[in-house]
Amino acid sequence: MTDPFAVKDCALIAIATGERANDLRELRDRLETTRQGCIYYHFWGGLLRPSFDDPEYQNDFAVWAYHGLHDRFLAERLALVDPTDFDDLEDLRRELIEIIEERLDENELVSWTAAHQQFQFTRSQIVVFDTGIRISKPEELKGLIPQLTVGSVFYHFVDARRRTSNKNDDFSEWLMGFGDSYDELLEQIASLDPYFKSLTELRAQLGEIFEEYMYT
Amino acid sequence: MTDLLLDRYQEIVGEDVVNNLRQLAEPLRGTKVVHVNSTREGGGVAEILHRMIPLKQELGLDPSWEVIVGDAEFYQCTKYMHNTLQGNRFEIPQPLLRRYEEINQENAERLRRQLEEADFVFIHDPQPALLLNWCPERRGKWIWRCHIDVSRPYRPVWKYLRSYVEPYDASIWSLAEFAQPLYHPLYLIRPSIDPLSEKNIELQDSELQEVLERFGLDPDRPIIAQISRFDRFKDPLGVIQAFRLAKTFTALQLVLAGGGATDDPEGEEVLAEARAAAMDEPDIHILLLPSDAHRTINALQRISDIVVQKSTKEGFGLTVTEAMWKGKPVIGGEVGGIRLQVHNHHTGFLVNTPEGAALRIRYLLTHRDKVEEMGQKAHKFVLENFLITRHVREYLTLMVAILKGTEERIELQ
Repeated sequence: MTDPFAVKDCALIAIATGERANDLRELRDRLETTRQGCIYYHFWGGLLRPSFDDPEYQNDFAVWAYHGLHDRFLAERLALVDPTDFDDLEDLRRELIEIIEERLDENELVSWTAAHQQFQFTRSQIVVFDTGIRISKPEELKGLIPQLTVGSVFYHFVDARRRTSNKNDDFSEWLMGFGDSYDELLEQIASLDPYFKSLTELRAQLGEIFEEYMYT
Repeated sequence: MTDLLLDRYQEIVGEDVVNNLRQLAEPLRGTKVVHVNSTREGGGVAEILHRMIPLKQELGLDPSWEVIVGDAEFYQCTKYMHNTLQGNRFEIPQPLLRRYEEINQENAERLRRQLEEADFVFIHDPQPALLLNWCPERRGKWIWRCHIDVSRPYRPVWKYLRSYVEPYDASIWSLAEFAQPLYHPLYLIRPSIDPLSEKNIELQDSELQEVLERFGLDPDRPIIAQISRFDRFKDPLGVIQAFRLAKTFTALQLVLAGGGATDDPEGEEVLAEARAAAMDEPDIHILLLPSDAHRTINALQRISDIVVQKSTKEGFGLTVTEAMWKGKPVIGGEVGGIRLQVHNHHTGFLVNTPEGAALRIRYLLTHRDKVEEMGQKAHKFVLENFLITRHVREYLTLMVAILKGTEERIELQ
């Protein structure tokens, strides 16, 4: 018997580390030593921060390359790094450094930025709390998903990938507990890329998948 | 209408947001929280505290708000400190610094028991920052909340203050770029506005009409307004210059309105400079409003076509948030927190010069549909990001995080 699904919510609070980069070399140097939490925050924290419409670039490194360094080549390359493609944050860190090294090799002049546009390394603390909501049948997910807060979507669909052994979202992990009954549904959930969507878009698409699957 | 504040916020922000606050507040039930600042009226900090305290109370915490009492020398010193921390190079005279220390010590004597017994003490800005120094038996967590931009301070002043703020358990900054490295965690929390306050509630047309008449404003010509303290960093002279450049093509009116704050001795000087620059021009309305003229400020923002906040230094810029909440596009200086709120072509325009401000005023006045469109986007952006409910949520998160330790993940049962 699979345990009921416990709906949780979370709040993220940002913490400045005081580490800053004025130019590309400094960015590379800080990236080599900064804590993993910073890399996580600069890739995923944007989902819970104020943003406007569709961001031009999905992660803070790419945004800074564009707006701080005015280096479009680098911004485009960094923007295409999808954190879900990497086994862990160390691999992601290596990829970032690799891209920056490549750019440094191409450019004899190191791009730099004005003092007020330095890259500020930031990490976060996540506080997770229980909403008290429990569901015991997968069918109930259909009604639940549209009601989730963006904090819940973040926790169960994004943050889960750091917590679960299969680097999966919580919904999929739970559905796997029902044997192969939901394989088709699992495939559809797996096709959702959490990185290139806002949390409200993710919630809507997830809701559609459940709605359609449970209806048919 | 319900008496519960939370119910009233729920009508604006939705049930999820309020439920979220209730759940986060649960582990903090009964927690004694004291906020200390230097003025009860005037300025963004006092405004936030006026509403945050009852809200925290309704959520089950035990909050209180204390104001330190100073004299003219003390406020002169803290004004110098404010300006030098934001980059002005000026040596604060030693006697003023001694007075600053004495006043903090006197206030610590008065408040010691309450401060030492609190679970959390939030000290706002440099004015009361030295209280911790005279509360050696403190049992709770002390957090210094810095509302100003200390990204490029005059070093000797920062060095002096740093020795007093370093022993705090944590500090809070509005933006990462404002923060100076310290040994404790540097939390990042953006300030907010209160949609239920007198300054932000909806007003009847009759009240708007009354304000137009009271200040002799012509409803048929566009109104550009900057609502801000009379402070050099707010660049009122730059706004007058921008107005003169823009009015060549459109018959405009300018309102420069500001309230006084009890902790700002420089205001009168800057007001006199603005009046001199206006040279009695009838379409420039310079209004010194009492610190409690919240409804008047609300009305002035609402009757304006465009709101300007041409600061050359800015903490967060809550006047920008207020204007955006009222559906106004904002032309703001490209500094501080204004950059987080004003997004070019979405919620207004960022500018660096009076010429830039004039250009954008002219653009908006010749594209009136854009004024409407940007105003709607601006309102929505504030609704989702800069209301007090989000601010309280972050304070609660921070308190829970500090209570539970510094680890990255905190799971509440």
